Amino acid sequence: MPNARLTAWLPYFVVGLLALFPMVESTFYTQLLTKVLIMAIFAMSLDLLVGYTGLVSFGHAAYFGLAGYALALMAPKYETVSLWWSLPAAVGVCALFALITGTLVLRTRGIYFIMVTLAFAQMLFFIFHDTKIGGGSDGIYIYAKPAMKVGGAVLVDLEKLQNFYWLVLALTTLVYLLLHRVLGSTFGRALLGIKVNEHRMRALGFPVFRYQLASFTLSGALAGVAGYLAATQYGFVNPEILSWHQSGAVLMMVILGGMGSLYGAVIGAFAFVLLQEVLSNQAWFGIAAKHWQLAMGIFIMLVALYLPQGLAGLLQQFGRKPVAEIADE
Amino acid sequence: MSEMPILQTRALTKRFGGLVAVSDVSLDLYVGEIHVVIGPNGAGKTTLTNLLSGDLPPTSGEVMFAGRDIAGCSSDHISRLGIGRSYQKTNIFLPFTVFENCRLAAQSRTPHATRVFHRAGGYPEINRRAEEAMAAAGLDKRAERIAATLSHGEQRQLEIAMCLATQPRVLLLDEPLAGMGPHESQRMVELIKGLTADHAIMLIEHDMDAVFALAHRLTVMVNGEVLESGTPEAVRSSPAVQLAYLGGEEILHD
Amino acid sequence: MDFAFILIQLLNGLQYGLLLFLVASGLTLVFGIMGIINLAHGSFYMVGAYLAWSLSSMTGSLAAAILLAIPLTVILGMALERLLFRHLYQRDHLYQVLLTYGLILVFEELRSIIWGDDVHGVVVPALLNASIPLTDNLSYPVYRLAISGVCLLLAAGLYFLIQKTRLGMMIRAGASNRDMVQSLGIDIKLIYTLVFALGIALAAFAGMINAPLSSVFPNMGSQVLIICFVVVVIGGIGSVKGAMAASLMIGLAETFGQVLMPDFAGMIVYVLMAIVLVWRPEGLFGRA
Repeated sequence: MPNARLTAWLPYFVVGLLALFPMVESTFYTQLLTKVLIMAIFAMSLDLLVGYTGLVSFGHAAYFGLAGYALALMAPKYETVSLWWSLPAAVGVCALFALITGTLVLRTRGIYFIMVTLAFAQMLFFIFHDTKIGGGSDGIYIYAKPAMKVGGAVLVDLEKLQNFYWLVLALTTLVYLLLHRVLGSTFGRALLGIKVNEHRMRALGFPVFRYQLASFTLSGALAGVAGYLAATQYGFVNPEILSWHQSGAVLMMVILGGMGSLYGAVIGAFAFVLLQEVLSNQAWFGIAAKHWQLAMGIFIMLVALYLPQGLAGLLQQFGRKPVAEIADE
Repeated sequence: MSEMPILQTRALTKRFGGLVAVSDVSLDLYVGEIHVVIGPNGAGKTTLTNLLSGDLPPTSGEVMFAGRDIAGCSSDHISRLGIGRSYQKTNIFLPFTVFENCRLAAQSRTPHATRVFHRAGGYPEINRRAEEAMAAAGLDKRAERIAATLSHGEQRQLEIAMCLATQPRVLLLDEPLAGMGPHESQRMVELIKGLTADHAIMLIEHDMDAVFALAHRLTVMVNGEVLESGTPEAVRSSPAVQLAYLGGEEILHD
Repeated sequence: MDFAFILIQLLNGLQYGLLLFLVASGLTLVFGIMGIINLAHGSFYMVGAYLAWSLSSMTGSLAAAILLAIPLTVILGMALERLLFRHLYQRDHLYQVLLTYGLILVFEELRSIIWGDDVHGVVVPALLNASIPLTDNLSYPVYRLAISGVCLLLAAGLYFLIQKTRLGMMIRAGASNRDMVQSLGIDIKLIYTLVFALGIALAAFAGMINAPLSSVFPNMGSQVLIICFVVVVIGGIGSVKGAMAASLMIGLAETFGQVLMPDFAGMIVYVLMAIVLVWRPEGLFGRA
């Protein structure tokens, strides 16, 4: 089975290539790829919710942004904060917020769910925008990247671009592996069952709410990982990271890539970020680049109308289907 | 046949606004017995099943399972208590394989929900339960087929298999023979007969041959109420029942 | 705080609530009857406001601008329904969300290209540019009362249309059973087009009449959309009655909130929504 052999080796190959990347490429592209990988984590976290549990959230940026703000508020003004506890702390805050909002929003379904998730993200947006907590619409600067120290010595200097890139690559790979394992477990199969036929799952004896809440919380926590890294890379947080444009963008990545497959979310993140870069490139498009969102909007509409299965769906034409892949494991 | 009914309803009623779908129904189910419920469309049979399975909460009345009132409990709670149900309108997981449908149903008994790093297919006891359920329903040769590609009759078989995989004590079967050809129907009747010894079965059916082949007890429902309930012979010869069906469906002569 | 002050805030809150109702009723109708979630609904509010501004600058009269703008937005709505939304009726809400999100981006950029990114004021029509005195030193703008009056009229008209006319009956029937209505020979496609056009015309009209008060600015569409979502969640999807109750509640809560606790005023609507979610997830008048 040449096909199976290839797909088994492919991930390692890809990760290997990615690891070598910063050694051969320039600063700009390394930074871009770092951004793409962070978005891949963000997209995978939403894919867990949308593609595997069947819950369409339009407020996922809430967790992304919350982690960024958590880091900004934890980091002392001009000193470094330790990665070892600030990352888990930020993720913990997101998980807690997801747990609380989850118990409320999971009382709704379908269209209501979409609207309430959006509304809760907006609530966070207003908290950070209108009050002094997060520096208002001006935001907060993060002057020093978190430190990875052991004893007093610096293990990895994250101020160096390449080091930060490798940390992000490692975390992206870790998240991918984690989700892959979890989704192949009894928990993961139950989530998929809930997505396909929630009513029957309940009739079979599954406490559906608990599964959904667990998925929602994990999803929020992983989005927090992405948000923490994004804030670190950018060195700056402002309410825009919680905006619904951010929520819309990540949802777009998940659908563009193809829901219900992890690599689809990664592909979607790549495609979306790269598309954004291309469309807003003034060197290529001149004046039109300023209004790149017009082209992006049209592209999004075309995908919604004509590419419901996403890019992964296109690839499926040449390979196996994701659902059968799950079933014969 | 046991002495105490394992599932009883007392004065069970369901109102939807002004409409009374089920009115004052009292019913007993015993282990080792098949209790068939018949009646014209709209008589409230499926609503009654929904009340017993927890898909709908009753407006009033009691549902006693092994001595405890379970009226108004959620459907997942009731399923975990050991009451299994199959649906009139096929309610399976269409994109999954037959095996996965049954495996998932079997998983509900031992969910292992926190063992998130262990492969779902790596639980021998779950797999065994799934395989037994498939075999009982006659689907063992179809294990790897996607459920959406099955024939209608095979999908009905899968519907039952999923119910069996949860190893219930009580079976609520809503028109399991619906849309089946004679050969498949015969097979299903044999299957249900084979289950009788260890289960209490409530069966809703329109196929009169199957009804009289299977029923130990028969209840006729009309307009949400119980018209007559008792042994098949007693019900058949009841004047009230004959009146209700006089000139109508001619369902009660052999 | 004296009586006149409270009265002013009360009137403001009611006026804001009634305006919200105009926008939200369109959203809830389109969803309740056609099953479509339209994120771009707020964009039509913006389109209405910008049209009102640019046409009134050209013609010198807000009334004339409104008369011109309404047919334009109706045509725009019908065109979009026919070209885009029609393809999504049977599809998952997810794709509707995505399509209409893309539409928002398109609308915002077109607005930026055609009309720019600056904030613009719109002049209140001279006829209505007066104030009614309430006390010795406080008076209330006639224009605001006029807006409230118009909104109430439209609400009554909407109620009459849906409950008392044949068209309304067909609309309600189409909501519960599309195929049946079609087999009765009624052109369901036409009904859907009409409902959609009505919905966005209401939103656009709200934008037009409120333009003198709010000015026109980028993102005005998104702002109103999110509040409308909260209105629809609280009131219950598909319920015009619910939209009215929720709009008034939110209008009053936000207005008094701005006065009593300005720092947290933005959060009030979400707290209200959270309360409703805990108590009655399908909304005050929603079907369970």
